[in-house]
Amino acid sequence: MAMILESAPVENIVRALYIRALKRLPEPVKAAIGGLERAETDATARTVLATMAENVRVAERDDGLLCQDTGIPLVTITIGRGVSFDGVDIGEAVAKGVRRATREHPLRSSVVHPITRANAHDSTGPGVPVIEFRFDPEPDFVRLELVPKGSGSENGSYLGMLLPADGLDGVKRFVIDAVLKAGGKVCPPTIVGVGLGGTSDVAMHLAKLAATRPLGTRCPDAAGAALESALSRAVNGLGIGPQGLGGDATAFAVQVELAATHITLNPVAVNIQCHSARRASATVTPAGVVWGD
Amino acid sequence: MADITLTPPFTETMIRDLHAGDRVTVRGTLFGIRDATQIHLFDRDRHTRFDLSGHAVIHTAPNVRSVPIGPAHPAGYAPVSVGTTTSLRMERFTRPLLQRLGVRAIIGKGGLGADSLAAFGTFGGVYLAVVGGAAALETTWIERIDDVDLDDLNPESLWKFAVRDFGPLLVTMDTHGNDLHEVVRARARHNRTAVLAGLGVTS
Repeated sequence: MAMILESAPVENIVRALYIRALKRLPEPVKAAIGGLERAETDATARTVLATMAENVRVAERDDGLLCQDTGIPLVTITIGRGVSFDGVDIGEAVAKGVRRATREHPLRSSVVHPITRANAHDSTGPGVPVIEFRFDPEPDFVRLELVPKGSGSENGSYLGMLLPADGLDGVKRFVIDAVLKAGGKVCPPTIVGVGLGGTSDVAMHLAKLAATRPLGTRCPDAAGAALESALSRAVNGLGIGPQGLGGDATAFAVQVELAATHITLNPVAVNIQCHSARRASATVTPAGVVWGD
Repeated sequence: MADITLTPPFTETMIRDLHAGDRVTVRGTLFGIRDATQIHLFDRDRHTRFDLSGHAVIHTAPNVRSVPIGPAHPAGYAPVSVGTTTSLRMERFTRPLLQRLGVRAIIGKGGLGADSLAAFGTFGGVYLAVVGGAAALETTWIERIDDVDLDDLNPESLWKFAVRDFGPLLVTMDTHGNDLHEVVRARARHNRTAVLAGLGVTS
């Protein structure tokens, strides 16, 4: 029998995911903060990294929020084969889950109308939460992922419509200069998301996927993965350091996503995720719900 | 470098005695401000009934819970999560904060720009850097929300917090022209050539 995705459990799961993401840092990020602290050669930077690690422990102890910025909720729903659902109902259930988390916890609504700046105080508005449906060949499962995307790092977003003649060297230079420009404003150490190819909007979206992908995962494309390694080493030679106060730990990693592009295009986009690299997921199968990072 | 606990309101001398690298803990009162607060105060000529003269402000918009008014919650709000936001967006408000409202210290993350540094020297002000994204920890330093003004801008209201040992905070911009953020930015710009060379790219 085909798996049916109902809207009531989706609403409850999204409510729980939003709160969970704001309180618990994924294990790979916690481990990375500890790793950078041990490797750091700058004394101020070590103190800053130790404070970040302490903050994670205090959030767990006090059931508190890791960061005051509740972000823009980005929700990705991956649908396996053989799952039937009403997309309109599911979209409404996601928005209801976000509203309930905001009012019932309560959370600061960080979402305003772009012209009037009016805040509905429920973390929603036109086009927010941002909902993306994806599809996967695996049967009988649905995965819901929620990223509360903070604004300090989101303001470190850059698009370059480079020329084919600028080549990969131009891409590398653009990424290094973007990290320099963002400096300490984006709450380093960061995950630097790089989107390559596609059209301008696709490149920006790929950069967001790269910045919000679980830390430690690799670009499936071999050339993209090689670029990740080279740029990850390079950005940590800049000396920006945690919080921009100097040191070795400027980024946890540079992560790359790519798409094919046009013969006349060479788009590169950068989107940054701060050290509070928050995300939470739930995988739903006929056997039940499994919670994860 | 010194570890200092200060209780506002600060005198100009107390602030001019601070140097980049000192660690300061603030005890007593702290005012919370944000983008919208300052847009309304300085671009739209709104006024606050609070006297910020000699005080410290923090770049924040907290998560709060509405609760019945009482001794523990004189403003009807309990703190849920109080953290710090990126300061540079609010760079152009440093001068009026110091010159018109008499603010003596700005607490934020990421640092401020050249005009703020000049204003700190002229009027006697400092920038105190907190570790951004550490709101769970910061919230433990907040005793209570004593009062709130301009609350139609919630969460970007003008908040009055009672704080116990808020810090340690690092003095990163002082009245003597020192700016630790700019030192790091200049070094990073200098490192750019070598970093690009390591990638096989000419600068």
